[in-house]
Amino acid sequence: MSYSVETRERLERDAKEIIARYPKPRSALLPLLHLVQSEDGYISQDGIEFCAEQLGITPAQVTGVATFYTMYKREPVGEYHVGVCTNTLCAVMGGDQIWEELSEHLGVGHDEATPDGKISLERLECNAACDFAPVMMVNWEFFDNMTPEKARQLVDDLRAGKQVAPTRGPNRLCTWKEASRVLAGFPDGRAHEGVQAGPESLRGLEVAKRNGWTAPPADQAPDGGADGSADGRGDGQAEPGSQEGRNK
Amino acid sequence: MTTTLTPVLTRNWDQPDSFTREGYERAGGYRALRKALAMDPDAIVQAVKDSGLRGRGGAGFPTGMKWGFLPPSSPNPRYLVVNADESEPGTCKDIPLMMANPHVLVEGVIISSYAIRSNHAFIYVRGEVLHVIRRLQQAVAEAYEAGYLGKDILGSGYDLELVVHTGAGAYICGEETALLDSLEGYRGQPRLKPPFPAVAGLYGGPTVINNVESISSVPSIVANGPDWFASMGTEKSKGFGIFSLSGHVTRPGQYEAPLGVTLRELLDMAGGIRAGHRLKFWTPGGSSTPIFTEEHLDVPLDFESVGAAGSMLGTRALQIFDETTCVVRAVLRWSEFYAHESCGKCTPCREGTYWYKQMLKRLEAGQGTEEDLETLLDLSDNILGRAFCALGDGATSPVTSSIKRFRDEYVQHFEQGGCPFDPAASTLWGGDGK
Repeated sequence: MSYSVETRERLERDAKEIIARYPKPRSALLPLLHLVQSEDGYISQDGIEFCAEQLGITPAQVTGVATFYTMYKREPVGEYHVGVCTNTLCAVMGGDQIWEELSEHLGVGHDEATPDGKISLERLECNAACDFAPVMMVNWEFFDNMTPEKARQLVDDLRAGKQVAPTRGPNRLCTWKEASRVLAGFPDGRAHEGVQAGPESLRGLEVAKRNGWTAPPADQAPDGGADGSADGRGDGQAEPGSQEGRNK
Repeated sequence: MTTTLTPVLTRNWDQPDSFTREGYERAGGYRALRKALAMDPDAIVQAVKDSGLRGRGGAGFPTGMKWGFLPPSSPNPRYLVVNADESEPGTCKDIPLMMANPHVLVEGVIISSYAIRSNHAFIYVRGEVLHVIRRLQQAVAEAYEAGYLGKDILGSGYDLELVVHTGAGAYICGEETALLDSLEGYRGQPRLKPPFPAVAGLYGGPTVINNVESISSVPSIVANGPDWFASMGTEKSKGFGIFSLSGHVTRPGQYEAPLGVTLRELLDMAGGIRAGHRLKFWTPGGSSTPIFTEEHLDVPLDFESVGAAGSMLGTRALQIFDETTCVVRAVLRWSEFYAHESCGKCTPCREGTYWYKQMLKRLEAGQGTEEDLETLLDLSDNILGRAFCALGDGATSPVTSSIKRFRDEYVQHFEQGGCPFDPAASTLWGGDGK
C-alpha cells in the first residue's frame, strides 16, 4: 500500500513548505513526521518512506528518529487520544485514581485504543500544568483540575460525539489528525479561541493588584541591591494574608 | 518586612487579548524593540550583563556572559535557539507565559538575536501543548505582518527569520545539546562538551540557547535599564522570576516575585497549605532539585541561598506535598520518570535509573531491606557526576535527599511490610476528613 497520487502530491507540497523553513533539510524531519501522522494517524511504513524520500535519507534513519519520541505512535491511536498525567505531583493529587478508573471504564491500557477507534489512553509524564493538577490532555489540549467523575464524563461525551471544549484551548477539540497538522506547522486559525490564561495562572497577579504591588517604576529604580537585600520589598506593606482577608 | 510581588512578564495576563499583538502593544509591547534597534548590538549585550540576569531554565548561568562567549568571527552563521521544551516535573511557568504573552518572547527573541548578530532564530517548543503552539505561531505571524520580523526590520537594515519548531515528546530535549540534535532532525541525545554551543552549536555554527523566561526578560531590561532589573532580587541573584506553586496549596498558581522571596512568604500569599494539613516536603526547583522540608521555609529562594541549604533553585517549581503524601511513592514515580526519559546514551543513567525503579518499587511495596537503602546511595554515587548529562545527576536528587531527610519512612515501609499511607487522602478531593 502506498499513498494515492493526489495524497502524495498534497503531502509533497506541504513537505516542500516545511523543508523551506530550515537552513538544512534534515531539520524538517520532526515536522514531517507530524505531517505524515496527520495523514495516517500514526507513523505508518508509507509515512516513513515518504519522509525518507523527501529528505534523501534511508527509512531506517527515519525510523530511528520516529521511535525515539513518544508523540510519534507506531500503532493507530483513537480519534481522541486521552492522556492522564501520572507523574508524581498529578499522581498524588489524584491522577493515579483517575488513570485506574478511566482505564477500567474504557477497558484499555497504556497506548491502547477502544475497539471503535474513538478513544485511546496514555499515561503522561509532566505536561507543565502542575498548578492545575490533576491534569489530563486530549489531543494535546489541556483539561485542568480533573476528577474521576469529570474524566469519565469527558470520555463518554467524546464517544457519544458531543462537542467538548478544553479548559485552556479552542472552543472545541480538534481530532488527532487535525492536531498533528498544527504540530507540523500549519496553523488552523484557532489561536484566538479560548481563555488567555487559566485562573491559577492569574493568582499571583491578583494578589499583587489587590495589594497595589508592582515592579519598581523604571524612572525610580532604587540604586542597586548590592547590600544583599531584595529591593522589591516594600516597607510597611500589609501582610498579604490579612489584606486578602479584608478583600474577601 | 515582606517581599512583594513584581509582575513584569505576568503583568498583562489578565487582559483577555493579552496574546495578540494589539493587546501586547497596548501594554507597551515592542517599544523596547524600537529602542534596541537604535542601539549598538554590543551595548545590548553589555546591558544584559550589567543587569545580572541569570538563566531562568534551571542552571542560572549569567545570560549576558553566555552571549559574550560567541566568537567574534566565524565562517558559519550564528543562531539563537529558545529552549521552550518545558518538561521538568513541577515546572509550569513557560507554558502559561507563552499561552498568555507569546509576544514578549517574540520581542525578546528579536532583540536578543540583534544583540548577538544572528539572522535566524528558533523557538523549540515541546509538542504536547497544542494551544500554546497555536499562540506562538500566531504571534510570530503577527510580528512578520508588522515588520518586526523578516527583511529590514522597522527600516533598520536588520533581517531576522524566526521559526517555531515543535518537538515530539522527549524530556531530554530540554538539555541544550540534545535539543540541538533534535532540531537538526536526529534522536535527541546530548553532545559531548566542549565544544560548547557558543562555539559549535546548531549546524556547527555559534549558537546561543536560552530559556523562554530568560529571553522574555530582555525587553524589560532594554526598556527600563539594567539598574532597574538589578534593583530587584538579591546581590548575586538579580531580578524577578516566576515562582510556580503546585500541589497541596490553597491557591496554587504563578507568582512573579524578586529572587530571594521565601516559600513562607509565597505560601502566605497562596493561602497556605490546604486546610487542615501541614507541609511535609517540597521541591524548590523541580524534581531534579533535592527536596526540602518545613525547616527550609525561610530559605531565600535565590541561587546562592538554596544552594547553601543543600538544593538548587532550578526553575522555581515549588511542588508542595503535605503530610498525607508518601515520600517513597513520590520518589518512585520521579525515578520512573527519569528511567522513561533517559536517552540511553550513557550507562550510568540508562542502567542506574532502571535499577532505581526496580528497587524503589520493592521498597514501596514494603519488601525492601535496610541494605537496599545503602545500595540506593551507592548506586546514586555511581550516577552523580558520572552520567553524560544533567539528566542522570538530576535523577539522583530525589533519591538521595529523601533518604537523607526521610530515612525513617523508608524503614517504616519494610517494617510494616507495606506503605503506611492512604493515597486517597492526598488527592484533590480526598483531603477533608478522610
